Amino acid sequence: MLRVEVFKQLGGFAVDANFTSEGRVTGLFGSSGAGKTSLVNMIAGLLKPDRGIIAIDGEVLDDTAAGLHVAAHRRRIGYVFQDARLFPHFNVRQNLDYGRRMNALARDAASEGRIVDLLDIGHLLDRRPGKLSGGERQRVALGRALLAQPRLLLLDEPLGSLDEERKTEILPYLIRLRDETGVPMVYVSHDPDELRQLASQIVILKRGRVAAFGGAEVLGQSGA
Amino acid sequence: MFDISPTEWIAIQLSLRVAVIATLVATPIGIGVAWLLARRNFWGKPVLDALIHLPLVLPPVVTGYLLLLTFGRRGLVGAWLADHLGIVFAFRWTGAALACGVMSFPLLVRPIRLSIEAVDRRLEQAASTLGAAPWRVFSTVTLPLALPGVLAGMVLGFAKAIGEFGATITFVSNIPGETQTISSAIYSLIQTPDGDTAALRLVIVSVVIAMAALIAAEVFARRATQRLHGN
Repeated sequence: MLRVEVFKQLGGFAVDANFTSEGRVTGLFGSSGAGKTSLVNMIAGLLKPDRGIIAIDGEVLDDTAAGLHVAAHRRRIGYVFQDARLFPHFNVRQNLDYGRRMNALARDAASEGRIVDLLDIGHLLDRRPGKLSGGERQRVALGRALLAQPRLLLLDEPLGSLDEERKTEILPYLIRLRDETGVPMVYVSHDPDELRQLASQIVILKRGRVAAFGGAEVLGQSGA
Repeated sequence: MFDISPTEWIAIQLSLRVAVIATLVATPIGIGVAWLLARRNFWGKPVLDALIHLPLVLPPVVTGYLLLLTFGRRGLVGAWLADHLGIVFAFRWTGAALACGVMSFPLLVRPIRLSIEAVDRRLEQAASTLGAAPWRVFSTVTLPLALPGVLAGMVLGFAKAIGEFGATITFVSNIPGETQTISSAIYSLIQTPDGDTAALRLVIVSVVIAMAALIAAEVFARRATQRLHGN
């Protein structure tokens, strides 16, 4: 369960969003500038809300009234960015291993192999990120986030920088991830089709506020 | 002509020792200061920035004299260090290293600062979402990506340290075998009748050292850049 009740002033724009999602995949829908990335950054702990509460499964990560703010590196929340953000000085294998090293987790060859197979990145392990295609980079970024064993995975328009062909290449991987790993996700997109295929609950964000919340049917109502 | 005398050898060795020690001690401090200037906002940041650059704009004699006042035997810090830790800078080669370190510090810090500023902060954010505490973000992402700048800073600092003259001679004088570096040896030889040939030898030696350092820096920087561009 993800509970978000936050207010954040960002220049002349404010994010003021309240929702509680029980879904395996929470879709965060809105046009660009609706405050989706700011909201996700607050969940990740990269941005501190001015007021409010963020909690996962009853564990409070932000509570401004109590002066509580858990730092991003202590949240165990995975984040897949639109621009992959692989570490250019590491090869794919080292990128994938980074979260395990930083969290001092025991090496788990079985789950490593499973995720590498799931994402079809086994043949890329010794390459540098500079030698990967956009779609391969995004798959490695997914694997890197998952191997840190997060309790929640944030995906901020992971297909946003890819062309249509690449999108249809990656989408099946995302569906497999949803079905085969137990990690709950927040999936940000401005594409209703992606969300219809992936998300079980939808939050529609307009100018920083929650305009609608519900099942996939709310996408239709909003005229999207 | 190419028969280097023992005194000249001592000056060359001393110069190298002074410059290497000055660079090695100044580098970690320089990385810390560069990181502060590149990544943090704090009260007094412009003052710190100006203080670091001061040796670049002050006459070296002034810097040397200030070092003498501070780190000399009767200086505020110098007296304390000598009494409590037995560390003496005045008229010792360690003092020459201190003078060179201070004089080369702005040149060392600048490329490091620029290269830290150039590291994509979004990569640092990604590292923190993967569980890296701030100091590990620095040691595993920021510093490795800033490495070409660190190497460039070290070489510039080293080159400045090996050529430093004004502050060194003011602070620790020109004692053969203790504080006489290549620069001060050349200065002495030029003052001496028939010293021209020996002076020229040391000039050639310093040109060779400087060239070698610059070429090494270029090679390191190119390799590091290649490594870091993810190819």
